[in-house]
Amino acid sequence: MLTPRSLDEALALKAEHPGALPVEGGTDVLVELNFDRRRPDAILNLNEVPELKVWAREEGILRLGAGVTYTEILHGPVAALQPALAEASRTVGSPQIRNRGTLGGNLGTASPAGDALPPLLVEGAEVELASVRGVRTMPLREFLVGPKRNALEPDELISAVLVRPSGAPQTFMKVGPRNAMVIAVVSLALSADRERGELRASFGSAGPVPGFVTAPIAERESFAEQVAEAATPIDDVRGTAAYRRHALRVLAGRALERCLA
Amino acid sequence: MTSAAPRLVSGRIGDVVARADGGPKVKGEFAYASDLSAAGMLWGHTLRSPFAHARIRSIDLTAALTMPGIHAVLTHGDVPGQKCYGLEFADQPVLAIDRVRYFGEAVALVAAEHPEQARRAAERIVVDYEPLEPVVDAERAVEQDPLHPDAPTMGHGYRRDPRPNVVRSIVIRHGDPNVEGDVAISGVYDVGIQDQAFLGPESGLAVPDGEGGIDVYVATQWLHVDRDQVAPCLDLRPEQVRIHLAGVGGAFGGREDLSIQIHGAMLALHTGRPVKMVYSREESFVGHVHRHPARIWAEHRANRDGKLVCVRMRILLDGGAYASSSTAVTSNAASFACGPYAVENALIESTCVYTNNPPCGAMRGFGAVQTCFAAEAQMDRLAAELALDPVELRLRNALAPGDVLPTGQRVTGSMPVAEVIRRCAALPVPEPEALPRDPIRLPGGAGNVTRGQGVSRGVGFAVGFKNICYSEGFDDFTAARVRLFLDARGELAAEVHCAAAEVGQGVTGVIAQVARTELELDEVTLAPHTTATVGSAGSASASRMTWMAAGAVQLACRAAKAELERRGELGAGDEIDLERVYRHERTTPLDPETGQITGERAHVAFACAAMRVVVETDVELGLTRVVWIGTAQDVGKALNPQAVTGQIEGGTAQGLGLALMEEIRTSDGLITNASFTDYLLPTALDMPPVVSDLVEDPEPGAPYGLKGVGEPPTVVSTAAVVSALRAATGRALTRVPVRPDDIVGL
Ligand SMILES: Cc1cc2nc3c(=O)[nH]c(=O)nc-3n(C[C@H](O)[C@H](O)[C@H](O)COP(=O)(O)OP(=O)(O)OC[C@H]3O[C@@H](n4cnc5c(N)ncnc54)[C@H](O)[C@@H]3O)c2cc1C
Repeated sequence: MLTPRSLDEALALKAEHPGALPVEGGTDVLVELNFDRRRPDAILNLNEVPELKVWAREEGILRLGAGVTYTEILHGPVAALQPALAEASRTVGSPQIRNRGTLGGNLGTASPAGDALPPLLVEGAEVELASVRGVRTMPLREFLVGPKRNALEPDELISAVLVRPSGAPQTFMKVGPRNAMVIAVVSLALSADRERGELRASFGSAGPVPGFVTAPIAERESFAEQVAEAATPIDDVRGTAAYRRHALRVLAGRALERCLA
Repeated sequence: MTSAAPRLVSGRIGDVVARADGGPKVKGEFAYASDLSAAGMLWGHTLRSPFAHARIRSIDLTAALTMPGIHAVLTHGDVPGQKCYGLEFADQPVLAIDRVRYFGEAVALVAAEHPEQARRAAERIVVDYEPLEPVVDAERAVEQDPLHPDAPTMGHGYRRDPRPNVVRSIVIRHGDPNVEGDVAISGVYDVGIQDQAFLGPESGLAVPDGEGGIDVYVATQWLHVDRDQVAPCLDLRPEQVRIHLAGVGGAFGGREDLSIQIHGAMLALHTGRPVKMVYSREESFVGHVHRHPARIWAEHRANRDGKLVCVRMRILLDGGAYASSSTAVTSNAASFACGPYAVENALIESTCVYTNNPPCGAMRGFGAVQTCFAAEAQMDRLAAELALDPVELRLRNALAPGDVLPTGQRVTGSMPVAEVIRRCAALPVPEPEALPRDPIRLPGGAGNVTRGQGVSRGVGFAVGFKNICYSEGFDDFTAARVRLFLDARGELAAEVHCAAAEVGQGVTGVIAQVARTELELDEVTLAPHTTATVGSAGSASASRMTWMAAGAVQLACRAAKAELERRGELGAGDEIDLERVYRHERTTPLDPETGQITGERAHVAFACAAMRVVVETDVELGLTRVVWIGTAQDVGKALNPQAVTGQIEGGTAQGLGLALMEEIRTSDGLITNASFTDYLLPTALDMPPVVSDLVEDPEPGAPYGLKGVGEPPTVVSTAAVVSALRAATGRALTRVPVRPDDIVGL
């Protein structure tokens, strides 16, 4: 277990031990370890890296450190800046999971069901990746390359998520057969950006990566259908493809109602 | 010194008594079986079959034996005694011999210094399997090759059924099943596989005694029947095997069958060291029996006035690979198929088959859950057909003392069906909560999916009943031992021994309450639950444990008191130490051909419950919020009202789980959701507050007039929740769990 006290130290350790598995809240990592799905050479504990724990707003850009938790998003000033992300945070797990689980961890896992991803995608978020070689940013859409796969290099860490809050009405919804503590059978974030005349939607658990659909506001009548059509859901133990597509259509209709009211 | 004058003693029968284990459990201080440890302890691990059905050609242990930290790798050849065991029929190999019959069947055992070493070594055991076509369709099983060619359950006084793979079939013929009524309602109903999903996985510690015997500390439901299964497989005498109850983290029927008992003992005896075994969550899901899935064909015939004239029902249960308690579940399903209604004519056929699906056995409700779901759906449809109020229809048919059950048994004890219906129906149903509201208080809950769109409210009602205590001639008894002595202060004190398994239901509290009441003493302690110092208590199941333990402790206390009175007083160092065995009224088997009683009764007593449920369902997304539940339950006498309402709430949650989400999913016999990520249990947002009205109509012949209370809420709640869902959605909903797709109509 490697426990760096600064981001520089963390990056140096990551460069030295590319096989070390970063751990933030541990809510995904510890499950993997307990289920014996993973036996990393070392664990890079990021909990003592102060730079990752904070968020800031500079020149219109909201910078959310990778170690910011769902509870912090839900109960802090970020909620007003990123309302859909706050709604998504409220749907995550239980209070214990929200206290531990982080944005960086959700991106690191890159699950098609990750609840933080659709709201960030409709807000056009970028990911900041750091290594001893330097810092690069890339759009979140490009970062998510496949189911549980992302564009991180072995020596890189996620340092932050960058987003320019659109201020557009937006919402997040998640469907599961239980009223709390479920992995999304399907989820949807939607925003109606009147300034840009644009509808943006992103859905989870209905394709290998979260889907993204955009259309002019003028197409609001057909937008729910467009979202449902864009999905490539499968049948699995959590739900059927037919249900996922159906639910997306319903969610999109309701989300439009909410955001265009 | 003794005093004959009655004293004021707290914590007696009828008082609200807080649970002694409540605080420690909430604070995480309670020692569960998985917390046990011993000096020099090794860790055991079980290698399990990845196939639902396969022949074993060979097993090669070479690689595993050379792994670090390994002390033993055992297979069927190492089982010292009988190779097979079972709760009622020894049809299950301790370790698979030449064939595996279900996904997760135990094949080999490993003991190592560290649990991970044991797991790693198990991965290196090479088992050469030849996969076989699994029998997975219960309807087809009766035409396929037998999984147990020797038909181990046949010839035990059951109906002869020559079809392959039948575990047991029973036909109850009552009156004239060909009688027609003014109307007939027929339907087909399906019940998925529910799991007990106790939070404390199977765990225990086996400690060799150095003289060839063994002490097993384990979370179980029936210590003595464990011993009687363990000893012959180890080739030991019963007294060489001592089973001690370790902290149980829930049971619900799933700990009636053995888990680690023989395996841990084999490893411990082989290595001469204590061996601990703890199942992982996944292993727990595959390693214990489940509730039987069922398909039920029902036809109800009634007259215009709503009076049932005939019920015909065919029940098919999938028992999975081994018998477990399937024979009793089969008959229970048949006994309670009609629900708590007086029906003069009936034809009930209940069959359980062997398949390569996950093995099924005891779970809270024991056959009555499945049939209650079907029968109550039929009653709702009948009410609609006759344009009668569903509550009124049920009242018109309510079973009462003096009525005759389809088995020919006359109800001689308490049977307040009309009373529970009336009392439940009288509970005020809350008004719908106004909109807008926090979406967390709408269907979909935390998912934030609706502000009221698509939401429809429905109110449902159901009634259910089942037997209390073991049935069909089982010689059931409970022993209790009481020791009276003078404590350090010279005050009279009592120690009570009873092997009743405390599985979270609170039986230890009941034992203390009975002893305090009978002995009029505050100073009552409970000795550890073990086979070593007292006779069998029977099983913590069939809603029997409180009745039987109370009966035994009452008998022993009264005998001790009489002895004390005879002696006049106890001197220092004197003691009274005696054991008494309590039996309830005898039952006799059902006639194998007609399903009719062969004596006065096949069941000892019955308990019923009525439940009203309010749901809000998002009919466009198929999501549900259960808003309110009110119930009236027949409890005989509430020994500890707080514990009774606790059982009602927990039992209701379990039935709600089956109605809405709890299901073991399989594909070709393989379990696909063996985790709490995908086997969903209700959360606090899914389970509403329950208003419980306790109906106290004393049961003659039961200690203090009590009835068991654990199962009736589970029996009735699945049916009641789905009744409300039907009202909200207008859909037939003939299968549980109800899936979002079923509500949406996909
Ligand atoms: C009971 C339970 C319920 C859950 N419910 C939900 C839910 O409702 N919705 C949901 O989306 N998720 C849920 N999860 C999953 C999990 O909580 C989330 O994905 C969470 O965001 C993970 O954050 P973490 O900080 O705990 O990540 P960790 O477990 O610490 O890490 C997750 C992954 O990200 C990598 N990682 C972490 N930080 C960095 C970094 N700075 N740079 C590079 N890689 C990094 C890790 O190496 C690992 O691969 C649940 C988990 C549990 C156990």
